[in-house]
This record gives sequence, structure tokens and C-alpha cells, in this order.
Amino acid sequence: MNGVTAMDARRRWLALTPAYLVIGVFMVIPLMIMVAISFMEQNVYGGVFRVFSTDAYTQFLFQRDFDGNLVFNPAYLIILGRSVLLAGAATLICVTVGFPVAWFIVRQPPRVRNILVFLITIPFWTNLLVRAYAWVIILGRGGVIDSPFRALGLLEPDGTLGLLYTNTAILIGLTYTYLPLMVLPIYASLEKLDFRLVEAASDLYADKWWTMRQVVLPLAAPGVIAGAILVFVPALGDFISPNLLGGAKRLTLGSLVQFQFATARNWPFGAAVAVILLVFVMASLALYVRLTRKAARAGEP
Amino acid sequence: MSARTRTRAEARSGAGRIAHFSWLGPLALVFYAFLYFPIVVLIAYSFNDSRFAMIWQGFSLKWYATVLENGDIQTASLNSLVVATTATAISVSIATVAALALARGGAFRGKTLSMGLIALPIVVPEIVTAVATLMFFSAIGLSLGLGNLIIAHTVFCIPFAFMPIRARLQGMDETLEQAAADLYASRWEAFRLVTLPLLAPGIFAGAVLAFVISLDDFIISLMISDAGTTTLPVYIFSMIRRGVTPEVNAVSTILFSVSLILVSIYWMASRRKKDEA
Repeated sequence: MNGVTAMDARRRWLALTPAYLVIGVFMVIPLMIMVAISFMEQNVYGGVFRVFSTDAYTQFLFQRDFDGNLVFNPAYLIILGRSVLLAGAATLICVTVGFPVAWFIVRQPPRVRNILVFLITIPFWTNLLVRAYAWVIILGRGGVIDSPFRALGLLEPDGTLGLLYTNTAILIGLTYTYLPLMVLPIYASLEKLDFRLVEAASDLYADKWWTMRQVVLPLAAPGVIAGAILVFVPALGDFISPNLLGGAKRLTLGSLVQFQFATARNWPFGAAVAVILLVFVMASLALYVRLTRKAARAGEP
Repeated sequence: MSARTRTRAEARSGAGRIAHFSWLGPLALVFYAFLYFPIVVLIAYSFNDSRFAMIWQGFSLKWYATVLENGDIQTASLNSLVVATTATAISVSIATVAALALARGGAFRGKTLSMGLIALPIVVPEIVTAVATLMFFSAIGLSLGLGNLIIAHTVFCIPFAFMPIRARLQGMDETLEQAAADLYASRWEAFRLVTLPLLAPGIFAGAVLAFVISLDDFIISLMISDAGTTTLPVYIFSMIRRGVTPEVNAVSTILFSVSLILVSIYWMASRRKKDEA
């Protein structure tokens, strides 16, 4: 670094102080308070008692029967499992569709490429809530999906395929919401790809599937991994799709947290579920860092 | 290996268009149709004459009239605008100085940690941030009305404002600033007359991004806002809960149009940035 334009240490820290202060006070401290509250006792009239207790975490796995004994209760584990499965399935669908689409885009002339990328970003920047709500109209009773089936007589005049308020509906919502987040990083890594390698493989009579698997996929791995994390992490904590498309009975971690604060008013339990969600997210991110390091090492000669 | 048994003719046809799959085009078409189908349905049904959102009865603009007359929507829109404008102004200022420190501050201890801290609002799931902020405000007894919302929005706008500004700084030629310094410009003059004008497109892109993110935010606003500080997405949510009507479609279409315009502006600003570089 040259000495003319480089900042000295004092100025540097002065410039970073506002960001540290705002994120530290209004993000890091609230997260610490959340962890603290998850270890407190619930005040049934709202708020918490400041007494140490692991009740909230116990409640996630057990419930008390009439005699006051702890009995294993899988209800919340099922919610956790549903969240992980739905987020995992959405990630898988997004990779399966996203990779070929990104490959298609990267092979277009630059002008077309730019337009195609722009078309992907538009839905991504539009309101999440509005996009999920559009699926309510499509999947709902007598909605866009039902109508042609009714017209063809495949359904009773007031019949419905019953797609809304199912796990499938949540999966559609999650896939739709996060698909752009898969295509864009894969596209970014494919764009940097040295196409001479693909040509070389082709010149050496490699079959195109072999070329994709052995040449393109390893080089695009960082994009695929980044896309997977960008889809999986927010899908795991999503609240909008489960709430609007899953109905009241199909809770996920995200909607369970919201329910505890908005309706049940059990702060310690809500905080505990939020902490569990956060732990899962951090674990996925740690895995991401390990995988990208591995991919980077594999990419070296 | 099967590749070795292929004829030369097959290989030559493959070499012209390397790794070409005939189903890629149709798949991309389905992909884009899937992406835009809900948006088209949403907009189309906002012009539906029927009171029931799902039955088509004819073209009408009456739901837009209803939206424009709805005082609650006006209040909610105003709240959204006030929050988005203020949060954008504050977060862009914070992000600009932070980006300058990180891009021009050389290598220093704690640089990775600083980047991580700035990215934190993106990494933590929104619902977790929402309830953590709710408990924090309640614990310290802070109730500033819209002020609470502005604080919460400023936090998650910082990383979004930060990214394009830092990207712009990294692409900038430092020799211009050095030349200004050689020509006896003071540090402040060099910054104001050389760095800032060059950085402006990045700051503008960051501001648009932060504004859209704030305007569209739903989950955090839902947990933080109360009866008097409802934002537009939160109000739309309460409308959806009361029942699916074309009025929701009309207000959603308006919100979509605003986002579309802003994203187009952002796109053009970032395109110009690339062209100059």
C-alpha cells in the first residue's frame, strides 16, 4: 500500500466506528439478549422472569404429562425436520434447474446475456410477500390452476386440486422465491470459465456429458456451493411461504418463531427456537467455508 | 470410454457448438415462464371487475380507485417512504466511510472481522433479527414510533449499501488520487474533487439498493411496527389475512411497479459503472 492515499490507523478506525456502533448495538447486542432470554422463565402474562432456566429448550423435546413427568414430544422435532427437508428439497430443485439455465445464459452473445440476467433480477428485487401472495391466487380454490381442470370437466364445478395449504405449496413458494439466488452465482462462476478447456475436451473427443461432469462442473463448483448456501439458509428460516402457502397447521422453524412472539407470547421458547435456527444457519455457513476451501484447493494444479 | 468410439463427423458437429444440449433452450423458456407467471397473474387480476380475486369477470380500474381512496394505504405508504428515505440516507453514509476505510486502509488486523460484522445482517435469518430486535427494544424500553423502524432498517440496509460502493472502490484507479496529492491537493480536496465524483455511481447504486430493500422489507417491519407505524408491506399482509381481493392485487401491482422502476435505475447505474471501468 502506498503512503499517499492510504489511511492511517486512527482515521481508519474513526471511519469504521459508525458501522461498528450501529451493527454492534442494534444487531449483536439484540442477538445476545435473545440468547439470554432463551435461558429465562416465561411470564405467562407477557415478558419473562429473569431466572436461569433451560425450560425453553426442554420444551422443544419434551412435554410434562399429568403427573409432571417429562415425556418425549416429537412435535417440534417434526417442525425442525419439515423445515430442513423443505429447504433441502428447494435447494436441490434450484440446482437442478439453475445450473442448465445458467449454462444456457452464459453461451448467449453478451447483449442477450445481460438482458437474460436482468430478467432474473427483477422478480428477485420485488416484494417477497407480493410474490408469495401471487401463488395463493394461482394455487387457491378455483384459482388459475383449478380453472382449466374445471373447464375440461376433470374437476367438479366447485372442485379443487387442493394444492394450497400443503407442503407442496410451501416448496413451490420457496423454490420460486430463491431460484434467482441459485442461477446468479452459478452464472457468475461460469462466466469466468475458460471456454478453451471445454473446446479442448471436445477436441479430444470427450462426450459432452463427460465434459460437463469432468470439466465444467468442477470449475463451477464455487458458484454451485454459493448458490446452495444462498438458497438453503434463507429457505430454512423463511416465514412468508409457510405462513401464506402452508396454512396454520404446517409450521416451519421461521413461522414457529413468529407464532411464539405474535400469538403464543412465549418469549423464552420463541427465543430458543430462534437460537436453534441460528445454530443450523451457522453450521451450514461453516460447512460452506470448508467446502469452498476444498473446491479452491481442488482447482489448483 | 464411449467418447473414443465416436466418429469424426460426430465430433466435428459437437466442436462447433461445444457442449450443446438441445433441451437447454426449452428449459430456459420454461424457467422464465415460471419466473414471470405469478407476476403476470397478479397484475392481470388487479384489473378484474369481480369482487372475488379468483374469478375473472371483465376489465376494470375500480380497484386502483379504491386503493387511491384508502386512507390507511396512504398512511402506510407515507410511513414506508419516510422509513426508507431516512434509513437509506443514514446507512449509505455509514457504508461509504466504512467502505473507504476497508478499501483504502491497507491490510490491518481485524479487517476480516470488520467485513464479517458488516455482512452479519445478511447472514442472520430475517425472522431471527426481527425477534431479537423486538426483545432488545422492549428490554431497553425504546419506543420512538417510526424511529424504531428506522433504526432496524438502517442496520440491514448497511450491507446492501456497502457492497456496490466497495465494488466501485476496488475498480477505481488510485493513481488519480495520487496525482492529485502530487499536485499539492490537500487530503480533503483530493477526496472531494477526485475520489467522491468517481465513487458517485457506486454510492448511487448502493442508495437505490438500500431503498428497495427497505421499501420491500416485511418480516422485520411486521415484528417492530405497531398500530401507528404500519408500513405498506405490513398493511398488505393484513389485507391478505382479511381475504384475497383484487384490491390487494392493485396495491401489490403498484408496489411491484415502483420496485421495477428502481431496479431498472440501479441496473443502468451499475451498467454505466462497468462501461467506464
